[in-house]
Amino acid sequence: MFSYLDGQTLPLIFAALMGVSILAYVILDGYDLGVGMLMADATRPERDRMVATIGPFWDANETWLVLGIGLLLVAFPAAHGMVLTALYLPVALMLLGLTLRGVAFEFRVKAQAQYHRWWDWAFIGGSALSSVTQGYMLGLYIMGFEGGLVAQLFALGAGLGLAAAYTFVGATWLIGKTEGELQKRAVWWARLTLMLTAVGMVAVSLATPLVSPRIFERWFSFPNIIGLAPIPLMTGALFMAIWVFLKRMPRADHSLDFVPFMGAVSLFMLGFLGLAYSFYPYVVPEKLTIWQAASAPESLFIILMGALVVLPFIAAYTAFSYYVFRGKATELRYD
Amino acid sequence: MDPLLLARIQFGANISFHILFPTITIALGWVLLFFKVKYNRTRDEAWMNAYRFWVKVFALSFALGVVSGITMSFQFGTNWPGFMERVGNIAGPLLAYEVLTAFFLEATFLGIMLFGFRKVPNWVHTLATFLVAFGTTMSAFWIIVLNSWMHTPTGFELRQGVAFATDWWAIVFNPSMPYRLTHMLIASGLTCAFLIAGLSAFRWLRHDRGPDVMAALRTGVLLGAALIPMQIFVGDLHGLNTLKHQPAKVAAMEGNWETRGNVPLVLFALPNERERRNDYEISIPNGASLILKHDPAGVIPGLNEFVGPEGQRLHPPVAPVFFAFRIMVGIGMLMLLVSWFAGWRLWRKGDITVPLAWVLVGMTFAGWVATLSGWYVTEIGRQPWLVTGVLSTAQAASNVSGGMIASTLTMYLLIYALLITAYVSVLFHLAGSGTKAVATPSGAGVAGSGGAPVQPSGVTAKDS
Repeated sequence: MFSYLDGQTLPLIFAALMGVSILAYVILDGYDLGVGMLMADATRPERDRMVATIGPFWDANETWLVLGIGLLLVAFPAAHGMVLTALYLPVALMLLGLTLRGVAFEFRVKAQAQYHRWWDWAFIGGSALSSVTQGYMLGLYIMGFEGGLVAQLFALGAGLGLAAAYTFVGATWLIGKTEGELQKRAVWWARLTLMLTAVGMVAVSLATPLVSPRIFERWFSFPNIIGLAPIPLMTGALFMAIWVFLKRMPRADHSLDFVPFMGAVSLFMLGFLGLAYSFYPYVVPEKLTIWQAASAPESLFIILMGALVVLPFIAAYTAFSYYVFRGKATELRYD
Repeated sequence: MDPLLLARIQFGANISFHILFPTITIALGWVLLFFKVKYNRTRDEAWMNAYRFWVKVFALSFALGVVSGITMSFQFGTNWPGFMERVGNIAGPLLAYEVLTAFFLEATFLGIMLFGFRKVPNWVHTLATFLVAFGTTMSAFWIIVLNSWMHTPTGFELRQGVAFATDWWAIVFNPSMPYRLTHMLIASGLTCAFLIAGLSAFRWLRHDRGPDVMAALRTGVLLGAALIPMQIFVGDLHGLNTLKHQPAKVAAMEGNWETRGNVPLVLFALPNERERRNDYEISIPNGASLILKHDPAGVIPGLNEFVGPEGQRLHPPVAPVFFAFRIMVGIGMLMLLVSWFAGWRLWRKGDITVPLAWVLVGMTFAGWVATLSGWYVTEIGRQPWLVTGVLSTAQAASNVSGGMIASTLTMYLLIYALLITAYVSVLFHLAGSGTKAVATPSGAGVAGSGGAPVQPSGVTAKDS
């Protein structure tokens, strides 16, 4: 009955699963990291409230990174080695950032009082370092891991662009989870970072086809250009809509506080769609397709069966956790 | 420096740092569930206060375990690309099942366990505690399955050097898995027992001797006293299993060079690999033969059995395995002595003494040392193999340059030193301000010292 799950379709399914995991990570830990970076511009009591909006969620959010990299590892072992060896140094720096940010959640309140501020800055610096290095790696990936000054500059630009996008989704998350003065500040942060995100997204979108003839061919040959036009057009319209909506915030009625966050999520999805279209069917640009890099179908099959059974449960209890901690964030307390 | 050696040191440093924290959280999750169930049954605030203190230790340990675990999932690829290329068809599904069945479960319910006490009914909070404990144990199960398979691989076939699974049942229940899993789970229990006893004794010494501190102290001491004989028994069985499947490892553990009968039990020696003998040996005649073969004349393979025709070494480096084994066993014996004596004191007199409290404080992290030593025995003891008989460590290495590895290694070592120092000092800081920490809710939202003390008894009854 599973005969259609063969060496042709299984790698495709796993590429989709990996893509969904990475997208989930970028959105979910994106807002955590964004909130972390925005803490640079906040007082200690504000920082406490900002951490309270992400405290119950960040750990599960980061697990999507483990799943994404895990799927690369288990489903496309040949690509995993190639990608991670090429990204050796930025990966190490990203891990340093994630480590500092992760432990700072605990240390910033549990350590001796005189160190609280140090750990706040470890939180902020760790969030910034993780965000910039993730974007930098995306940039190198787009460039097909080429060396050279142009590639490095492009990657650095992508790093700053992704950091801007993370602060934007973080600011919109704060709009949804806070009220009063802090929410007002969050609206201001969201407007500022929306502009930075737009600049970053336009720059990467323009630079990508210029540096890769293959991607240029994909997007700008006829008739692709007509079929694909909705992606950039929708993205542009969404930017305008979010901008207009943010102008009217904060509102006395809190029922629409999550609209900017939903807008940010939609932006990430459109950006992801564009990238996925640019790279398919390669898992390592211009070097390995998803079929060349895939593991044995038997092994993929056994993982897929497990995933199909377990993923609905993960979705259900994740939803339950968001339900328990719904609404405006209250202070985090153990009792 | 040799990139292979650097890559091994880096991975070894990271995995050593990582294992410290799961070793605590695996068992501490169940101890927290015990505190919670005790509280549900007796409604005695002491148990809930013990829970509130130890859940903070759990949260801190868990965070350190998560961040170092993420580092590991990347280092498989950055340091050992050959591992996944050759045995990825087997390691992949096992790792995937760990993420799917354990990581999401524990990470999601941790939020409810830590911060959800006022937001969900009491039984949901208890259930969340159970699911977190269950998740950490599932995670231990899958990773021990993979690790054991690397020691005693079964259920696969090689096609052009790449392993393909033929029998998943044989892969999961490979010969060394049940022993290694039990040995590790008890090690986690012991590490947690001595951590609880040590920090509680520290609070006791600071005249913080409330019913919650005494309840935790008794729990730690009794858990240690109950587990240590089991651990000695299981450790012995694990050794016999290793003798059957990896005799070179046991030869290094015993410092036994020649294949022979009447092998003595070496208490101390300096293994001399150049001369292939032990210097300054102190030993009990026939001891090793008796333990491993239950017969004084029992023949045990020696290290010289594992030398290639051109003199190449096919056994692990002897000294690290030999000494790590003695450290592990030595701490085990000390644990037996201390936990039984402390248990007897608590049973007969209902309290501990100042010198005993100091001994317990001194042994707060004894479980860490024993667990690390045990892992060094088994992992260094597997060399030169990464997967016994299938893949050598050198074959799996990446072509990243030595300089690059050395620079990131320095970075990792610095950050690990910082984090260990911070972790240990914060644990004692939390214990030192123990009573305050229970009465004052910590976490975000409590700025400075302005938080008003909450009456512990008033908080919880209404949630039932």
